[in-house]
This record gives sequence, structure tokens and C-alpha cells, in this order.
Amino acid sequence: MKFEDEPVPGYPLPILPGHVSPGRFERVLRAGVFAVTTELAPPDSADPQDVYARARVLDGYVDAINATDGSGANCHMSSLAVCALLTRVGYAPVMQISCRDRNRIAIQGDILGGAAMGVCNMLCLTGDGVQAGDHPQAKPVFDLDSVSLLEIGRMLRDEHRFQSGRKISFSPRVLFGAGENPMVPPLEHRALRLAKKVAAGAQFIQTQYVYDLQRLRSFMRGVEDLGLLDRLFLLVGVGPIKSARGAEWMRRQVPGVHIPDTVVERLAGAQDQAREGRNICVELIQEIRAIRGVHGVHVMAYRQEEAVAEIITRSGVLEGRTPWHPARDQNSADRKAS
Amino acid sequence: MYRVRLWSVGHARGLNRLYTGFERLLVRLAPLFRTIGYQRLERPFAAVERGVKGLLFDCKMCGQCVLGSTGMSCPMNCPKNLRNGPCGGVRADGACEVNANMRCVWLLAFAGAERMPGGIDKIRAIQAPVDRRLEGHSSWLQVVRERTAPASTRAAP
Repeated sequence: MKFEDEPVPGYPLPILPGHVSPGRFERVLRAGVFAVTTELAPPDSADPQDVYARARVLDGYVDAINATDGSGANCHMSSLAVCALLTRVGYAPVMQISCRDRNRIAIQGDILGGAAMGVCNMLCLTGDGVQAGDHPQAKPVFDLDSVSLLEIGRMLRDEHRFQSGRKISFSPRVLFGAGENPMVPPLEHRALRLAKKVAAGAQFIQTQYVYDLQRLRSFMRGVEDLGLLDRLFLLVGVGPIKSARGAEWMRRQVPGVHIPDTVVERLAGAQDQAREGRNICVELIQEIRAIRGVHGVHVMAYRQEEAVAEIITRSGVLEGRTPWHPARDQNSADRKAS
Repeated sequence: MYRVRLWSVGHARGLNRLYTGFERLLVRLAPLFRTIGYQRLERPFAAVERGVKGLLFDCKMCGQCVLGSTGMSCPMNCPKNLRNGPCGGVRADGACEVNANMRCVWLLAFAGAERMPGGIDKIRAIQAPVDRRLEGHSSWLQVVRERTAPASTRAAP
């Protein structure tokens, strides 16, 4: 799929009727194709080339790139800065906003600032506790929670005002999203939590890692029962696991990750565990794709970002289309010329 | 105290009824409070509230109580202060992500809400972010003021 009216990379697209943002990601979602997003681990460096190098390996395989915000409560380059770098060359980043590190004054400033720099998608998250990361001695802020953050974002965009009520002169034109974890307790109330996020303003959802399809299916039934299926775009989180030991580590160290024993056993029994991890991921994507109400996948391949291309290709979910990337139209123009 | 807090959630239905009745009584006493002056009442009220709710709910005196909407499980006991539902870090056994020795405040909230009539529906309501200026103040007096404010403005000449 191509959008013919795309101007210079980094410049906003026209906002189509019924859309809230001038972004490419919202266009992909609303076009009804199966969307693919992934996350970019912000570097522990101040070099912009580190960001571009990490984005380049995803070229042609993803529709949007999440820039994590101190994920796992570890310190990295800020999400806002990574997004600003990515929009300069035309990428469609998803700016993650965690409530852990900043209060409402800082966060609202970042929403305006991000939008001003061309960020069209923002993901409102609670954030992992500081105990999970490399600075457990830090002060956890949590001035807002993900639901009140969503509401504030929507207020900025649709009511043109800060939480204080003070007016803003130009609204951030942003598609707001949220996370959800259908894999952890209270399983029977996770859909209700999702409903609250949608009511607060979430238009797309990216879930935590899903390795348990039974839990996902029962969650989706809950979502359907609450009448939410056509009110949001839902992308299910998936990711390759490098080894059985890696799976054990994730279960122990990463908050909110549920990996069934059967998956760990399958990895342990494989000759090439990393390859088996990618196989499992491909199979999961194919099964997830068939579930009603799922609009895409969010591939989280921490420290194996180069595996994203292979996983997406083998899963076949792009159905031959090439998502936009800085060199895409350049290449086809060159081909036409020659 | 953690164990008393668990007991309170287990008796959410009765406590909620008691609480609603108490609130009604307070609202009825509003004229008296106005005569004495809210300013003068603030400190003794806050002290009593801290004692009673501290014991029953591990109350953190946020000054804007939402116990009735959270199954009588105080959300300020959540290390992330989440007032709109559980985070995605709840452990498989139902323990808190941050403090493994504590049950998730929101699992308790759902358990308490299921014991209260319409309790789950109340959890659906979106809670506004905390007004940090009210910390340490009596939420009881705040409720009385809010409930009676429109009437008093109407009564004013």
C-alpha cells in the first residue's frame, strides 16, 4: 500500500476525514490492513547515528516504531528525543510515555513538544516500578496513572486545554494508545481495564508479550462482550525468545511476563534454541492474526532486533506490501529511471 | 496494618454501608460545621480520620477518598498510586510487582467490590488524578463541603 500524497519526509501528511493525526500509522490502521509495529531500544549514548542504525534494520518490515521510555526502569536516551530524530527522516514513531518518571507538568509539556516535532502516536503507560531497573534508589513519581494520562492527552487534543483548564492555542494532533496485559491477574477483569482505557481516550492498544493463546482468546471474548471490538485497534505483543534460560530470566526479571512451561520446554528441547524461539514467534503471529478483533502485532525483540525482518517475512502478514521507510520510494524511483 | 486491611476488604459490604450512613450523618451536620467553621474543624477531623482509616484501610490521607469506588481497598497503598485499576506487573500469584510480600491492591479492590452492590460498576468510573494539595486533609469534611456547597450558594443572599 502506498499513499500518493506523501510529501517530503518529516513533513506532516494531510489529515484525512475522520482521522485525528497527520500520521502514516493511523492511515495504515484505518485502511484495515494487518499492521506491524516494533520497538526500538533507545541507546545508552548521545549519538543520533545509534538511533538511525537501530531503525534501519527494521526498514520495510514495520509500520511504526515504538521508542521506549526508560523501559524496565532502566536509563536510556529519552523517548521524546528518539522520536524527534526518527520523524526528521520520516519514520512513524510511537512515543511511549511512562508515568514513573515525570509529573503532569513535564508530561503535558512533552506531549506538546513531541507533537510539535512531528510525533503522531503516543502510548500512555503506567511504567515499571523503579525496583526493576538500574536505579532502584530513584524516586518513583506516578503523579498520574495511564488512564488519567490518556484523559489528559485527549483533553489537550480535543478540548484544547491543559489539565489545569488553561487554554492552548494549537492542539497536539496525536493518536493516543495504551498498553494492556491480558496475561496476568486479575484475568477476568483485564477487559474491563481495557474498557476504561478506551473510555479515557485510547484508540489503539499494544499488549504485553503474549505466549498463551488460551488467555488471549478469553481476553478477546471479554473485549467483545464489552462491545469494544470496533472501537479500537488492537495490536498483540509478541517476541522471539533466545533460549530456555532467556525465558526463565524474563519470567523472573521482567514484570508482567507470562511464559507457559510448554514454551520453555519446547525451547529447551530444541537443538538451535534461538531458531526455535523465532519459529514459536512466527507460529504465534499466524495464530494471533486469525483472532477476531486483532488488527496487528507488536514485535518486541529486545537485543535481537535483526530477527524482526525474518519473523515478519516468514509470518507472511504483510501480504507483499512494503511499509514506508526512508529509502523505499528512492529505490522504486531509481528502478523506474533505469 | 496489613492484616486489618485484608479484613476490611473481606467485610467491604458492611463497611461500605456503615461508611455511607456515616457520610449521610456528616452531611446532615453541615450547618453545625459551618457555624463552628471548617478551618477550626480541619485538624481534629484529620486526626480522627487518620486514626480510624489508618487502622482499617492503611489510609495514606490523600484527602480525596475513593474507597467506595475501589471495593474498600485503598489505592494509595499501591506503590504506583494507581487509582484506575491494576498495572500490568501483577505477579502470577497475585502479589504486587513492587512489593512481593503484599497482595495487589487492585486484586483486593475487585474482591471487595464483588461483595458490594454495584461495586464493579463503580470501578468503571474514571478517577481524576490526585490533587496533591489535599494531602493530609480530612476527606470527610471535603465531602461535606462538596455535597452542601451548591445549597449554601443558593441560600446566600
